[in-house]
Amino acid sequence: MTENAKTTFLDEVAALPACDRINECIQCGVCSGSCTTVANWEYPPRKAIAMIRSGLRDELLSSNSVWFCVSCYLCTARCPRDIRPAAIMHGLETLALREGYKPPTNTTTMYRTFADSLIGNGRIYEFGFMFKYFLKTNPLAALRLIPTAVSLLMHRRMPLAPPKVKGRNDLDKIVRKMSEGGER
Amino acid sequence: MRYYAYYPGCSMEATGAPVEEAIHAIAKPLDLEFIQLEDWTCCGSSPFAGVDKAKAVGVTARTLAQAEKTGLDLVTPCSSCYTILQEANDLLKEDHRLAARVNEALAEVGLSYNGTVKVRHIVEVLFNDVGPAGLAAKVTRPLTGLKVACYHGCQQVRPSYGFDDTELPDWLDKMAAALGAEPVNYPLKARCCGSSLVISEMDVALDLIHKLLQNAQDNGAQCIVSTTCPLCHTSLDAYQPMVNGKFKAKFNLPVLAIPQLIGVALGLDFKSAALTGNIVSPKKLLEPYFSGKAPAPKAETAA
Repeated sequence: MTENAKTTFLDEVAALPACDRINECIQCGVCSGSCTTVANWEYPPRKAIAMIRSGLRDELLSSNSVWFCVSCYLCTARCPRDIRPAAIMHGLETLALREGYKPPTNTTTMYRTFADSLIGNGRIYEFGFMFKYFLKTNPLAALRLIPTAVSLLMHRRMPLAPPKVKGRNDLDKIVRKMSEGGER
Repeated sequence: MRYYAYYPGCSMEATGAPVEEAIHAIAKPLDLEFIQLEDWTCCGSSPFAGVDKAKAVGVTARTLAQAEKTGLDLVTPCSSCYTILQEANDLLKEDHRLAARVNEALAEVGLSYNGTVKVRHIVEVLFNDVGPAGLAAKVTRPLTGLKVACYHGCQQVRPSYGFDDTELPDWLDKMAAALGAEPVNYPLKARCCGSSLVISEMDVALDLIHKLLQNAQDNGAQCIVSTTCPLCHTSLDAYQPMVNGKFKAKFNLPVLAIPQLIGVALGLDFKSAALTGNIVSPKKLLEPYFSGKAPAPKAETAA
């Protein structure tokens, strides 16, 4: 898609699932004003949308923006043009990872580890997924979580064996087939 | 008896275990039967949508296709699963190209999806199918005098699938009141707990949880009554000691998921209401109700 000079960044985003209403944006800023974690965003949601329209692809996709999205959907519930800003942020995440950008955040690694756990086990194995994530990023950061992990364990809320369901083979086949379907 | 196809979601097997146990404990007394989807798999959830949205919809569609075969409404207690399932369900109806791709992928595993499933949140089922009056009729242990802050969280009410108000919902408040409790004003009742960001951006999430606890305490709540979402419940309950450490605070606010609160009011004992799994123990707070020393309900005054 990137080789095609006629395809703009805007076209690229608008073609992602649930992102087709981006052209209706009136830059009112309700999304940024509503955003739960906006203080951490290099480019807040309204600005991110302006950048998509201006073709500032590299700047936006290599920034920490969108990775702070907690999917609280305040932006989406309040958007007067119903453009579904949260879906656009999720779309930008997909795009950034697919195109090999390296945003300055560990959330990308967390998401990838999560996806691996999902496909590998069929269900998310919370303990294993968190363990792997901290090994890949900052094992020292896990120290802070040890008391919480111990109390979850003591309250029978942290099984030490992964779920491994038969359905994981189905997920594997579904994801393989979806990969054949071209970029979207 | 009402029947539903039931999809617990991954967290219900781990951090959400007490909430899951409470749901099954109250189902029978409320004449509900939740029939778990066989060999269910992860809904896809937001992290996978971030890695690849289209593939995530394919993963979600497996659950929708399984539910379609049962002909029953698909009920989930996890707000994240609820939003993911709803969003994929809508997307598959409006984006025919994506729906065709997804059905090709589903065919590989002998499934297909025609878009007929109704996805429902268990809190919505409790509110609409049982209802505050239905709950009140089954109360044997009224929670008179218990001041509760009702936490609805984000994805139960947003984006919006016709479920309550997106800014200041009150369905949990109405159910808690039907059980005899006193819901307090709680302005942050539908603000975010940080969800999975507690792993990769711990301080950002702890800050959000801190605000939610502070707001509940400032409004005089003795405990929080949360939605059934295992992420919301775990954030507020299991991470409370970490919030105390970071903010030098002394919160000791038990967090009861609504099925746990219903369980207590229906007369279940502490263990059967699945309260032993709570990290901030509600034992002391609820002691008067279990020992029968709680204040008697006020007599109804004739209008």
